[in-house]
Amino acid sequence: MKLDIILAGVGGQGIISIASVIGSAALKNNLFLKQSEVHGMSQRGGDVQSHLRISNQLIYSDLIPQGAADLILSIEPMESLRYLPYLSQTGWLVTNTEPYKNIQNYPEMEAILKEIESQPRHLSLNADEMAKSINALKSMNIVMLGAASLYIPISYESLEDGIRDIFGKKGSDIVNMNLQAMKLGRDFAEKSKK
Amino acid sequence: MQQLLLLGDEAIAQGAIDAGLSGIYAYPGTPSTEIMEYVQHNEVALSRKIHSKWSANEKTAMESAIGMSYAGKRAIVCMKHVGLNVAADGFVNAAVTGANGGLIVVAADDPSMHSSQNEQDSRFYGKFAMIPIFEPANQQEAYEMTYNGFKFSEKYGFPILLRLTTRLAHSRAGVGQRTLQNENTLALPQDKRQFVLLPSIARKRFKTLLETQAKFEEESENSPYNEYFDAKDKSLGIIACGIAYNYLMENFPNGCPYPVLKIGQHPLPRKKIERLANECKEILVLEDGFPFVEEQLKGFFEKFKIKGRLDGTLSRDGELNPNKVAVALGFVQVLGKPIPEVVQGRPPMFCAGCGHIDVYNALKETLKEYGDGHVFSDIGCYTLGALPPFEVVNSCVDMGASITMAKGAADAGLHPAVAVIGDSTFIHSGITGLLDTVIEKTSITVIISDNSTTGMTGGQDSHAVGRLVDICKGLGVEPEHIRTIVPLKKNHEEMVRIMKEEFEYKGVSVIIPQRECIQTAGRKAREKSKKD
Ligand SMILES: Cc1ncc(C[n+]2csc(CCOP(=O)(O)OP(=O)(O)O)c2C)c(N)n1
Repeated sequence: MKLDIILAGVGGQGIISIASVIGSAALKNNLFLKQSEVHGMSQRGGDVQSHLRISNQLIYSDLIPQGAADLILSIEPMESLRYLPYLSQTGWLVTNTEPYKNIQNYPEMEAILKEIESQPRHLSLNADEMAKSINALKSMNIVMLGAASLYIPISYESLEDGIRDIFGKKGSDIVNMNLQAMKLGRDFAEKSKK
Repeated sequence: MQQLLLLGDEAIAQGAIDAGLSGIYAYPGTPSTEIMEYVQHNEVALSRKIHSKWSANEKTAMESAIGMSYAGKRAIVCMKHVGLNVAADGFVNAAVTGANGGLIVVAADDPSMHSSQNEQDSRFYGKFAMIPIFEPANQQEAYEMTYNGFKFSEKYGFPILLRLTTRLAHSRAGVGQRTLQNENTLALPQDKRQFVLLPSIARKRFKTLLETQAKFEEESENSPYNEYFDAKDKSLGIIACGIAYNYLMENFPNGCPYPVLKIGQHPLPRKKIERLANECKEILVLEDGFPFVEEQLKGFFEKFKIKGRLDGTLSRDGELNPNKVAVALGFVQVLGKPIPEVVQGRPPMFCAGCGHIDVYNALKETLKEYGDGHVFSDIGCYTLGALPPFEVVNSCVDMGASITMAKGAADAGLHPAVAVIGDSTFIHSGITGLLDTVIEKTSITVIISDNSTTGMTGGQDSHAVGRLVDICKGLGVEPEHIRTIVPLKKNHEEMVRIMKEEFEYKGVSVIIPQRECIQTAGRKAREKSKKD
């Protein structure tokens, strides 16, 4: 088993939390893991990415080679496209459709959605709205994790444990909110598959 | 072994704590910051009261670490690569004094300049100072090299350099932990004059350093970090340094068909390299950073064909990655699709509500009547004033250079000459430059855009808090030309007026717009509400 994920978004949107949950679940399953993060300059509202690699065999590179990612998980639509060079020919693109417009030349949404829809394997959803529907806008990233979980070969229960592990410090309300958020995303993905 | 999920930086910190560290000294700088931050929050470190306060800059950090080593305890000093420029005087001379308690210098390099002004390779500093250099390939090695590094340093009585790059510093993996050791007790150097570098003593110390080189090389020859992996196909031999080894192996999931010499410890193991060179037709050198090893080999073995960053097999600049290494190995790759044209760049920018924005709005308006080219800036969040929509900043060179460059330009006749510097940068390297201008009564306006934190690197405490006015007064800036104001929209007109007045003053003025960084303020409010 080997899974290479590119996590994408804008600085401050919370891709590291997604990585932490998957990471915690992977370690509990005795898998090898490497996760590179972006710290520093680009965290100030710039584009950020994290390479998350999971395998049952020793992993060498901290970086995923271009053309080798199994999954792009993006919490911003334009950012999902920035990493296409990394996506393998059989990989999935899973993205939030709610744009984060902090630049003046942000492209037309239609053009972005058209690109996303032209990808052979894609799943897109408005995670912001779904998170809002349960009064948990901040858990938008976890909704996305739920949606992508269908393509992550780690049991859903392990991911739930990951949520408990990562958010446990913040109290049971926060844990439950995130469990609910992840479920929303997961259900959406399962329905879209049918 | 217990597995911890750690960044490369954190693995270094954990390794140091477990080895009986007594003090860490550092000034923040990407990608090294998390080493100190980890120690600051570690329970063992807290209960042992391991020193873990930020220093004013890398030089003061380096010297404090040398002092702790003098007193016989184990010390580590951490910085980003350009920080080693600032600390270089202490660093190079510490190789001559040698160490008493184990002393590890960590330099985190940033090839591809993800968050830096250049991509200098700190290994050159290590070689320049003639001390052993360790280059971890992964998080576990980062831990081990630190854990065992203090003992190594104490065995020979010299500091060592641990050099890593961004990718390892900021990538997480499982790390196995070793047993916790006690701290050293206070023990002064046997030779009370070891640290007195008067010429007569320094000459002796330097001879000792020179004589130890052979032992360092022998250590490298036998080091587990310099492993020789033999293989059948001798048409190529590969030297892979530090993290470059990973990119190599990523390309050979079933094992590399060529002999590989993995390098993790310097000086170079000459015998192992000779074997590789003698047995293989060509040599490919893979290293993240400058062609440091490659250049040395060109001297060793002129008759051999050596491929790397110098002959164009790999690009001379930029970070390595698996794809670049694949090209160097002659592989045909299947890449993903190109980035679609609709995708726009998303450069870093000021946070909404940041006080630097108000400062630049006022500065931009004030400068209208003077034209472009008057503003020297420095390194920090406020450097973003160089990008649209402001584009008012004309320089960013090294920490503290805003004030001194403005001084040089003023000396040349530029008026007004304006420096924009952050509070932490001012403490780091601005104070001495300001003193130069006071002594000469240079016509210069220094704006210390004070957000009361070290914003760019994630909001570490700034020594400046509550002290800026007194420092400026103490340096001799005339009190009536030290102007403070709160950078808010409602104070825009007043800020413009103050700037105009001080630009016209023929002498040293300091304007201090002070308002806390909104990120730090937000974090503090959250922490407070959690406590209540
Ligand atoms: C010699 C050196 N050390 C450290 C750094 C990393 N660094 C860049 S900006 C910065 C902090 C700047 O803080 P401040 O001047 O207060 O400005 P702010 O980011 O808060 O606006 C640091 C530590 C560097 N570039 N060079």
